[in-house]
Amino acid sequence: MSEDSTSTEHDSGAVRLVHPGERVGVHEGAEAGHGIRRINGELVAMRMGTLSDNGNTISVDPVSSRYVPRAGDLVIGLVEGMTNNIWFLDIGASFNAILPMSLAPWKVEFGAVREHLNVGEAVLCRVQEVDETHSSVATMKGMGLRKLKSGLLEEIPPHIIPQVIGQGGSMLQTLKDLGDCRLVIGQNGRVWLDGEHGGMHAVRAALKLIRDTAHLPGLKERINALANE
Amino acid sequence: MGYEDYQCMDENGIREDGRKADEMRPVEIECGVIPVADGSAYIKWGKNEAIAAVYGPMEAHPRKIQRQDRAILDVRYNMAPFSTSDRIRPGFNRRSREISKVTRDALESVVNLELYPRSKIRVEIEIICAEAGTRCCGITAASVALADAGIPMSDMVVSVAAGKCNGIVLMDLNKPEDNYGEADLPMGILPMTDELVFLQMDGDLSMDEFQLAWDYNVKAAHDVHEIMVEALQKRYGGDV
Repeated sequence: MSEDSTSTEHDSGAVRLVHPGERVGVHEGAEAGHGIRRINGELVAMRMGTLSDNGNTISVDPVSSRYVPRAGDLVIGLVEGMTNNIWFLDIGASFNAILPMSLAPWKVEFGAVREHLNVGEAVLCRVQEVDETHSSVATMKGMGLRKLKSGLLEEIPPHIIPQVIGQGGSMLQTLKDLGDCRLVIGQNGRVWLDGEHGGMHAVRAALKLIRDTAHLPGLKERINALANE
Repeated sequence: MGYEDYQCMDENGIREDGRKADEMRPVEIECGVIPVADGSAYIKWGKNEAIAAVYGPMEAHPRKIQRQDRAILDVRYNMAPFSTSDRIRPGFNRRSREISKVTRDALESVVNLELYPRSKIRVEIEIICAEAGTRCCGITAASVALADAGIPMSDMVVSVAAGKCNGIVLMDLNKPEDNYGEADLPMGILPMTDELVFLQMDGDLSMDEFQLAWDYNVKAAHDVHEIMVEALQKRYGGDV
């Protein structure tokens, strides 16, 4: 297949959309990054996404993916279940994270975990460790980590988080100013909003716009236009 | 009409539905038709219509089905009760079990399952309207849905079928040709390398006929692959 038919040109520079199995060139000396494999000396895309050439590494930024936890990620978890000393948190990954009572910010009696966190409640936590099978342990010990008692949760695909934050947090600041509300973005694609109803509604509209058009250039202009409406 | 009375082609070499021997039925694909799925695709292949949806990777349940070193693919092919002129009894049957199995085998050869140990990737294929060639339709739709879900794969499987009717090798048999025909050869092809990941043969073909059917399938697989890529690009690369 010709290169022209599998790449998309945009006004802000060439963005090449690749699909699984597409040959992306030899790139002598370059390393195969995420979503790329070198097969018979040639780099081949392994997933749907945009091709990224980061100096010495060629990789694919996926256009759709599930959250894969990494140690240190700030995430928003939903309590799915518990035992006498452990909560199971849905963090949007393939596997639930566990939150042991020893890593909760409260003094928890054995067997009394439900008194602090019940099924369906949301918590802001951090991924403490992840093993090779993607099972993870979460912690609530740390600055700002807490139970989320008010506001609402919005979901965005985890791979567009860099766009929601923007360069140096510029997009995040725009969203905060737009809705005049508090905003926390979890690395797992959950966004917590808290503020006035109208403001939260405006931020939700902006997040929807980002979700639908994040893969296209000119996102900042679109959000600014929405903010000026 | 008996089997011997059926004429699949007129004296000008044109089939009942206006195609030549090596022509396929028109194919249309659309991605992202099921918003709640991680990836999905709708395919219209002649009168065949199918939807494939992909969920996961997710934790495999029950635990006994988990593999410690890789994910498992859970493929379910199903024909809707209203998909044929005779109502089909809902639920699994021997045919759907077989097609689910061959679809899983074909897809397993491209999906990088080792990236997701102990997980499961669920692939649901629902045939809405059936007119011969639904397994090819389902496998192709499932490949697009997997790509749409962002599942890492070494290539996308394209499934196409050729067959024989009235002693003539034909590409992409329709319902009467399939019913009255003598052979059917569905294949799963990786278009980037022309590798074969799935082949079934129903009926008899001579070596020459087999070679011709093979050539038809390989050419058709490349054509369908272009439509698959266009559908994915339309979803992710279209203008605002």
